Amino acid sequence: MLPKRNWTDQRIENILGNLLRAGVLLSALVVLIGGVVYLLRHGHSPVDFRVFRGEPADLRDVRGIIRDTLSLRGRGIIQLGLLLLIATPVARVAFSIFGFAKEHDRMYVVFTVIVFSILLYNFLGSA
Amino acid sequence: MTILEFSLLVCGSSLIAGLVGALTGLGGGVVLVPLLSLFFKVDIRYAIGASLVSVIATSSGAAAAYVKKGFSNIRIGMFLEIATTLGALLGANLAARVSTHAIAIVFGVVLLFSAYFSRKPRSQAEREVPPNPLATRLRLNGSFPDVDGARSYNVQHVPTGWALMFGAGALSGLLGIGSGAMKVLAMDQAMRIPFKVSTTTSNFMIGVTAAASAGVYLNRGYIDPGLVMPVMLGVLAGSLLGARILVKVHTKWLRLGFSLVIVLLAIEMLYNGLSGRI
Repeated sequence: MLPKRNWTDQRIENILGNLLRAGVLLSALVVLIGGVVYLLRHGHSPVDFRVFRGEPADLRDVRGIIRDTLSLRGRGIIQLGLLLLIATPVARVAFSIFGFAKEHDRMYVVFTVIVFSILLYNFLGSA
Repeated sequence: MTILEFSLLVCGSSLIAGLVGALTGLGGGVVLVPLLSLFFKVDIRYAIGASLVSVIATSSGAAAAYVKKGFSNIRIGMFLEIATTLGALLGANLAARVSTHAIAIVFGVVLLFSAYFSRKPRSQAEREVPPNPLATRLRLNGSFPDVDGARSYNVQHVPTGWALMFGAGALSGLLGIGSGAMKVLAMDQAMRIPFKVSTTTSNFMIGVTAAASAGVYLNRGYIDPGLVMPVMLGVLAGSLLGARILVKVHTKWLRLGFSLVIVLLAIEMLYNGLSGRI
C-alpha cells in the first residue's frame, strides 16, 4: 500500500514543483518588463517611500491593475506580475485538491478546500 | 536620490540578502524589512509588503528543487497550512491596527529569536517513537530517502505543533517574513519530524502562508510596485544563485557572520521602535 501511495504523492509533488517554478519565472518576467517601462518613464524623478500614503485605488485590486496594464503603465504591469506571483501558491493549493481527490483521500480534500477557502477569502475578502 | 539610483541600490542589497539567506538557510526575508526601513528609510509598512512578496518568490522558486528529492511531506504541509493561513489572516489584520513602533519592537524580538535559533545545534538524527493515535488518524506519518534506504517517522504532539504553526502564520502576516525558523521549530522540536523533512516541508508552506496575507496587504495599498520590483527581482536572483553555489561554500563562518548581523539589526529595530523613530 505504501509504495503506491508514495509514488502518486511524489508524482503530484513533481507537477506542483514545476507549476510553482513556472509561476515564479513568469511573474518575474512580467515584473521585469513593468520595471523597465517604469524606470524609463520615471527613473529620474526623486524617490519618496519615507512617508506612507498607501497605494492609489487602481493598484489595489485586480480590475484596476488590469486596466493599468492595458494602458501600458509601468506600475500597473509590475503589479500584474506581483498578482501572478501571489496567485502561484494559490494555484498549487487548488491543484492539490485535484491530486487528493484522485487518491480518494476525502479527509485531505476537505483540508485542502479549507486552506483554499481561507486564501480566496483573504484575496477577495476586502476587494 | 533618483528612482533609478534607488532601484539599483535596493536591487543590489536585496540580491545579497537573498544570496546569504539561501547559503545560510536562514532565508533573506528576515533581514529585508530592517534593511529597507533602517537604511533606505522606507516606511515599515511598505517594507513589510515588499518582503512578503519576495518571500513568496523565494519559497516557490526553491520548492521545485526540494520536492523532487522526496523529503517534503505534502500531508503534513497541507494539514498545518490550515493553521498558518488562519494565523496569517490574524497577523495581516493586526498589522493594520497596531502602531509601527509596536511592529518594530516585535520585529526586533523575532530577529533575536532567529539569531539564537540559527546557532542552536540540530536535534539528534535517530529517534524511535511509537505512532501517535491522532497523527495516525490524520495520516501524517511518512518516510523519506536516507543514506541506507527509506526511513520512516512517526509524528508526535499534533495539537502543540498546530498551535505553534498558527503563531508562525500570525508573525508572517504581521511582519512580512517567512517565519521559517518557527515553522521548523514546530515540526522538528514539537512534532518530532526529521530535520530534512521539516525544513523542506516548511519551505513548501512558506509561500502559501505568505500568499494568504499578501492579498490583504495588496487590498490595503501596502504593496508599492516601485519598491517591490527591485526587492523581489534582487532577492529571487540572489536565492537562485545561492542554491547553485550552496554545495561549494563552507557555510559555518557565513552563518556566524549572518547571525551577528541579525543581532545588530535586532538591537537597531528595538531601539528605533522603543524611541518611536519607526
